[in-house]
This record gives sequence, structure tokens and C-alpha cells, in this order.
Amino acid sequence: MATTEKLMAVTGNQAVAMAMKQIDPDVVAAYPITPQTDVVQSYSQYVADGEVQTEFVTVESEHSAMSACIGSAAAGARTMTATSSAGFALMWEVVYVAASMRLPIVMTTVNRALSGPINIHCDHSDSMGGRDSGWIQIYNEDAQEAYDATVMSFPIAEHPDVSLPLMNMYDGFIISGAIGPLRPLSDAAVKDFIGEKPAVLNLLDSEHPVTFGPFDGLHGWYFEHKIAQNRAMEAALPVIQETYDRFAEVTGRQYQHLMCYDMEDADVAIVVIGSAAGTARTVMAKLKAEGLKVGLVKIRTFRPFPTAEIARVLSGVKAVAVLDRADSFGAMGGPLYLEILAALYHEGVHTKTVNCIYGLGGRDLYPQNIEDVFRMLADAAGGADLPQSRVYLNMKGE
Amino acid sequence: MAEREPNVAEEESTVAEPRTIDHYLHTDRFPHIWCPGCGLGTVTAAFLRAALELGLEKERTVVVGGIGCSSRAVGYLDFGTVHSIHGRALAFATGIKMAHPEFTVIVLTGDGDGAAIGGNHLIHACRRNLDITTILFNNNVYGMTGGQASPQTGMGGIATTAPFGFDEPSFDLCRLAEAAGATYVARGTSYGVRQLQRLIRDGITHPGFSFIEAVTQCPTEYGKRNPPKGPVQMLENLKEKAIPRKKAEGMTPEELEGRIVTGLLHRDESVPELTASYARMLERVRGSADE
Repeated sequence: MATTEKLMAVTGNQAVAMAMKQIDPDVVAAYPITPQTDVVQSYSQYVADGEVQTEFVTVESEHSAMSACIGSAAAGARTMTATSSAGFALMWEVVYVAASMRLPIVMTTVNRALSGPINIHCDHSDSMGGRDSGWIQIYNEDAQEAYDATVMSFPIAEHPDVSLPLMNMYDGFIISGAIGPLRPLSDAAVKDFIGEKPAVLNLLDSEHPVTFGPFDGLHGWYFEHKIAQNRAMEAALPVIQETYDRFAEVTGRQYQHLMCYDMEDADVAIVVIGSAAGTARTVMAKLKAEGLKVGLVKIRTFRPFPTAEIARVLSGVKAVAVLDRADSFGAMGGPLYLEILAALYHEGVHTKTVNCIYGLGGRDLYPQNIEDVFRMLADAAGGADLPQSRVYLNMKGE
Repeated sequence: MAEREPNVAEEESTVAEPRTIDHYLHTDRFPHIWCPGCGLGTVTAAFLRAALELGLEKERTVVVGGIGCSSRAVGYLDFGTVHSIHGRALAFATGIKMAHPEFTVIVLTGDGDGAAIGGNHLIHACRRNLDITTILFNNNVYGMTGGQASPQTGMGGIATTAPFGFDEPSFDLCRLAEAAGATYVARGTSYGVRQLQRLIRDGITHPGFSFIEAVTQCPTEYGKRNPPKGPVQMLENLKEKAIPRKKAEGMTPEELEGRIVTGLLHRDESVPELTASYARMLERVRGSADE
């Protein structure tokens, strides 16, 4: 029997809803928010049509959605949800609780700007704000990646060395609402890949009563609990790669923490997250024809961050631009830039760097913007200085 | 503390030219986002005509919206406006009113925004009896996100998250508001626009928390799945179902099944309004400190 189905054309949200259907989790609890809504809306149709066995809970806010997910996961059920932007922000309190209770909940976070002014379009400020929450974070470029990542989620999150919640991101509207190619797995291949949920202590096991998250007192084990969370995060890095490798055996699609494009002989490189990688690759084709040695690194695994790997990949280039679709106000640069600078310093890699902020609140990123960045890097490789402060791409009034 | 003056034009004051509701609109922001046949513009216009009647000053009036189709109205209004966050318009408005008791503060919200995610804020705003006027646009559905069931969808209502019918009962929002402590409670419809305008006007002048439920139609997300289909049919339905409170008083619960009781439903002026009682407390505490 074939493990993959025919190529189809679907939106990013439809792709993820399909993956959820094939996973058929025990519980989905969610609240509508643009641009996530039709993931869960499509799913509610599968529930109504009896195509899944899921207990589907419509709640009155995202805070309740994540709370319901925590209850369900603590009872031992495979649990999924989806959100965006303000919905993610409203979950904040319980997002941390899910991670610290070590509950392998899987959430799709369709990236959208945070208010204000109110904006429904894409940037990464929502999930980037949650980077220290203790969730595994995987960023996806397109519908296929989002689908594949969803299928790979439970084997990572439920791995006994990990036992952490996991969120998958993709760009709101650009990917969530745009139609792109998808080659799904067969239902049987998905079932086979994710396997049965491993047995863990849970609230419904009356023979082995447990309690989740009780008050720890002033002299308790809170500190050690946090250390354990970080150890689980460190353990997740190889588990994610093993899962990527196992997925490649089934589908032929090989993922890495960092996806490198033409980095072997690159003089200069751009590091980017999400759908902007596709725009960058089209520009690279043009510049390479001119003889420029340009490369691209796309970050997929952001938490845990592949520190040593990014430093190794960038060690050979003369100038690097890090493109951030979110800012960290008052810091030296956007969240991805800070992460990469820290990695380079830690591994003793000295290369010229610049931080470019782009796409906030859905501002377009044109091929010309990327070309300008590559040419700036090429000049820097030839001896010119790079700007010390943020470079804003496609800002009005310039 | 500054003396409170009602934000209402003096009767003698004359306006050079008769104003229309355009006076309070950012017409440059049009076309608006509402669908053809939507009732939200009708309700917004009823509010603006009430504002015209009262001569509300733009500079002393703040309108706060939450999130959703109805809350989007604030983007078109030329008052002080805040487009806040989902469910929390009343929390923003509470801060504004406490800091500026002399302002007229209006909250525009919907059934998803006000009764679901913001339900807790609604009951506590009622309980405090702060002089805020809340207009809740009830169109029985989460319209903006694509027709999910709201608390007001009603038993059997079809929604994208309830394709075989919603199996949860609704709130009677007016009874909820009254029970929670609102001192002015009224209900109108987007068919009975003159009545709605009067109810909103009286709610604004009422010195306490005023709650006005405006029952309206969403042909795009509710009507296309639930009878009667079409905006005209939905408006006719509102006309047929609406029944004035006085008439309803003589009817049995069975006769009132499915009807929309309209008009002023509850008014109590004996309860202290919060900014006034707060000012009195300040005076008392400061007075005793000076002794």
C-alpha cells in the first residue's frame, strides 16, 4: 500500500486540519480567532461527520481552551488545539502550566501580529513572545511543511525523554489562507508513524493516584522542576532529528533543524524563518546567475535552539543577515538575531552580522528587499561595514 | 474633584445647521466592512441618532469597542474611541469612566464579545453600577471568524461548529444584566429603529449602568444556515417576533415562547452610581484626614 497520496492543492489551514483528522486525537478544545479559525472549523466538520472519534470542546475563550487541553492531557488523552495572536496571548498563563506539567499537547499557532493597533496579518510576535514558555517550537515554510510537522508532533512531544508540549507555526494568510501543493500521507501511514500513545501516569489511573501542579511551598522543588524542564528540552533536540529522519524513511522528505540552501560555497547568507524563505530562494537563483555566492538558512526548530549547528553552518561565510519578523523592543535586535549572535559568540565564530526587521503586521516583503540585503552583504564581504542598528525592510516614507 | 456636568447640550443652544449622523462619522473610512443586509449599521445609526438628539460632544464622549463585527463600529466613529481587545471593552471603559467621570462612556459589543469571552466583565460592570451605556449587538453568531456558535446561537441553531444544531441554551441577556445589578435594562431590534434610538438615548441619560440589547440580523453567517434566510426575511421575522413589554405582561410563558420582548425592561434610580459614591468617599476620607 502506498504511504503517500496524490498531490493536492489546499490552504495551509486545510493541510493542518487534514493532518489532525488523520491523527484523530482524543480531545480538541479551541476558540475561533483569525487566521487560525478554519483549522478548527474544518475539524468540527470532521467531528460532526463522524470521521474522527475526537471529543470536541468549544469553549468561551482561549484561556479556557488551553485549560481544557491541560485537563484532558493530564487525564492521559491525546490533545490538540490551535490559535493565533491575541488568542495565544490570552492563553499565556496556562501555556506555561502545560509545559511545566510536562503535558504533550500539540498546538498549531498560525502566526499573526499582536495588537495594537489591531492587525490581523502575519508576523511572528505572538509565538516569539512564547519562546521561553517551555514549549517545543517548530516553524514551517509552507502547507506541506505544516502538514508534515503536525504528523511528526506527537512522536516528539510524547517521547519519554521529552514529554513536553509542542507548537507548530506557519505564516498567517500567506500560508494559512493561500492554496499550495500538498502530498499527504495515507491514513494508515500516519497511524503507523505516530503509533499508540505511550502509557503515562494520569488522572484517570485510580490505581496510581497522581496530582498535577500542586502548591510547592517556599522550600519545595520548584527550582529543580525548572531544571528538569530544561533537560527535557535539551533531550528533545536529538529526538526531533530522529523523528525527522524516520519521517524521511517513510516519505522521502528529509527535514533538519536548519534547512540550508547553497550554503556549501556561500560567501554571504541570510537566515530566515517561515514563508520568507521561498521569496529568498527565488532571489538567490537570480543572483547566483550573476555569479554572487549567496546562501540561505531556514530555521525550523527554534525551541530547543540548535546553537552549535547554526554556528557551524555560518562559520564559513563572511557576512550574515538575520531576518526577523518580530522585534524585541529595547534589545539589540529581533529575537532570532539575539539567538544567533549568542550562538556565534558561544562557538567562537566571528563573522559580520546585521539584523533586518521585516513584515511586521503583514507588511509585504518583496524580492527586491531581499536582493538589497544580499547586495549589502556582498559589499560587506568585500570590506564594507554593515549597519550596527536594525535595518527595516520596506518601511514607508523612505 | 471637578464638578460633574452632564454631557448634554443646553436646551437653549441652537445649532446653525441641522446635523446628520455624518457629524459623528469618519465617512472617509467608508466603505465599511459589514456585509450587505447586515443589521450592525442600523444599530450603530440608532446610537448616532440618539447621540444627535442629546447633542453629545465628541470631545467628552468615549466609545469603546471589543473585537468582532459589532465592535468594528468604533473605527468609523468620530468620538474619542478605543478599539480594545476581545471581551474586555467594559474593563477599558471602567478605567476611562473612573478617571473621567464627566465623560459619557459608551461600550459597543457583540454576543460573542460581550456574553462569551467578556461575560465575566459584563456581570461585574452591571454589579458596580458605573455610569456606562453598553449596547450589545446580538446577532446570534461569531460573524467575523466565520459563523461559529456563540452563547446566543440558541438551541438547535446551526453554526459552523454546530452543523447538526447547537445543543446549549442561551442567556436571557437582559435578565442576566438585571440580576447582576444593571440599573437600566432595555431591549430593541434593528427593525424597530425608532424604539431602539429612544432606548439608547434614555440609557445614555440614565445615571448608572445601562444595558441595551439590540437584537439584529446576520444574513451572511447566521441567516444562511438558519431560517428565515435573507436580510429582508430576517427583519420581517424580528418585526413579527418583537412584542412590547406592556403587551407581554399579560401573556403566558407559552405564548411568549420564541418572542422578543422589547422596550424598557428594568429601571432603578435608587442604587448609588459608582463614580458619584466614589467621589463622596474621597470627600469623606480627605475630610477626616484634615481633622
